[in-house]
Amino acid sequence: MTTGTDTGAGRYSPAPGAAPLPRMIAAQTAFETRMLLRNGEQLLLTVIIPSLLLVLFSTVDIIDTGSGASVDFLAPGVLALAVMSTAFTGQAIATGFERRYGVLKRLGASPLPRWALMTAKTLSVLVTEALQIVLLTVIALALGWSPEGNPLAVLLLLVLGTAAFSGLGLLMAGTLKAEATLAAANLVFVLLLVGGGVIVPLEKFPDVAQTLLGLLPISALSEGLREVLRHGAGMPWDDLGVLAVWAVLGLGAAARLFRWE
Amino acid sequence: MVQVRGLVKRYGARTAVNGLDLTVRAGTVSAVLGPNGAGKTTTIETCEGYRRPDAGTVRVLGLDPVKDAARLRPRTGVMLQSGGVYSGARAEEMLRHMAALHANPLDVTELIERLGLGGCGRTAYRRLSGGQQQRLSLAMAVVGRPELVFLDEPTAGLDPQARRSTWDLVRELRADGVTTVLTTHFMDEAEELADDVAIVDAGQVVAHGTVEELCRGGAENTLRFTGRPGLDLGSLLKALPDGSVAAELVPGAYRIGGTIDPQLLATVTTWCAQHGVMPERISVERHTLEDVFLELTGKELRP
Repeated sequence: MTTGTDTGAGRYSPAPGAAPLPRMIAAQTAFETRMLLRNGEQLLLTVIIPSLLLVLFSTVDIIDTGSGASVDFLAPGVLALAVMSTAFTGQAIATGFERRYGVLKRLGASPLPRWALMTAKTLSVLVTEALQIVLLTVIALALGWSPEGNPLAVLLLLVLGTAAFSGLGLLMAGTLKAEATLAAANLVFVLLLVGGGVIVPLEKFPDVAQTLLGLLPISALSEGLREVLRHGAGMPWDDLGVLAVWAVLGLGAAARLFRWE
Repeated sequence: MVQVRGLVKRYGARTAVNGLDLTVRAGTVSAVLGPNGAGKTTTIETCEGYRRPDAGTVRVLGLDPVKDAARLRPRTGVMLQSGGVYSGARAEEMLRHMAALHANPLDVTELIERLGLGGCGRTAYRRLSGGQQQRLSLAMAVVGRPELVFLDEPTAGLDPQARRSTWDLVRELRADGVTTVLTTHFMDEAEELADDVAIVDAGQVVAHGTVEELCRGGAENTLRFTGRPGLDLGSLLKALPDGSVAAELVPGAYRIGGTIDPQLLATVTTWCAQHGVMPERISVERHTLEDVFLELTGKELRP
């Protein structure tokens, strides 16, 4: 071994060590977010589709959204969709391919602990969601949206919704093949877009279907957001409860079943 | 630096590693040499903490790769056999990110140049050639200035020039006190680079030692020459050291086996001079690792 005083100490002389944890997490978060924002398909899912739906259905009277401006019905639903697109669909697909390409395996040999990687992924999802929400809010306000309600209730719904969708997305990414995750995550996105009270009111479905659809995380999130933002309701405890149950089940199953390779 | 004792690893009914021992000395380059499917990757990945041994013990820098992973990972560098990079990431960006996870990383620009990746720093990983991907992966293994690096097939798929440059880097690592463990199925790679070689077949080490030791032991070197047919080999053998063998393979073509050293060569030529023989086309063939492997396993090393 060369010593520090050795003038011949070369450039590769060992000087190992992990960067400080906050710096690693910040670097990983920035990196993951950059990868996500660079990916065209992801942007389609997280930005373009929600924005288009919001503009299209607010300005063209295709679906009967009940009394009041349609944007007041649509904006909460599209916010819920944005959360789902990032926390569930986007995260499932990205993580599925990271697993497939050995990225998760390689990072597992880096100084970054696994929990720190998952923290960074969550932060990256939250950063992306914040960007989405700002964009969609601006669009909705321009379309004449007049939101009401308690911001804290909105925040709580968004956080629990993110937790629920992240759990399900990671469960899928950590157990299925990457291609299967890609297909399934997109399929679920479309199905929940239609059947989750995002743009089609749940009241349009038969009674039995309504009850079942109401238990989906997307319905709980979109209905909960709508209760608050459209009707100025207080805490929508039942919707928060549904999201909490999904979050516990999804994250619990993901933690148990996730395979890193 | 690395101590593996009696490692056993099974995947279902298949035993990938079957009682393998390996010792890596500090500051050396050790090669785990063997054909595909011999258990090289399983062994190295157990050292990296990816696999839990079914039996036996593994110690890396005195630590347990699974239990002490958090303490071990910052000190080791890993090059996987393939993959490990976000498909949308650019080469330099990925390396910078890996550097950011370490306390005292190497200069990324310099490392990129050093590995001949300067021209493709802004190219997305999935658009890099196989060789460029390999070199990026190597760069990621060393950027954190580790004490110990594990390289799994570091030159597979590289062109001769890139291979040389990878070999040079490994030599520089050794010169600077970094310990390297690599797997390979190229015998010339092991011969060129390794201080110690462990030849692995069917999940076990069938021979280990320095290249010198391996090529000397187990098999003998060969001296060949041609001359007049029908030489009296009995007389020649009396002049040679005990343990030597001599044969006339075809009329006029002679082969002498044994410890071929300058003394023996002189003895042979002297004997020829005394007997009025003009030995032509004298050649001394050094035993290669490939010969050793063939003798030990009855198999060709090439995949």
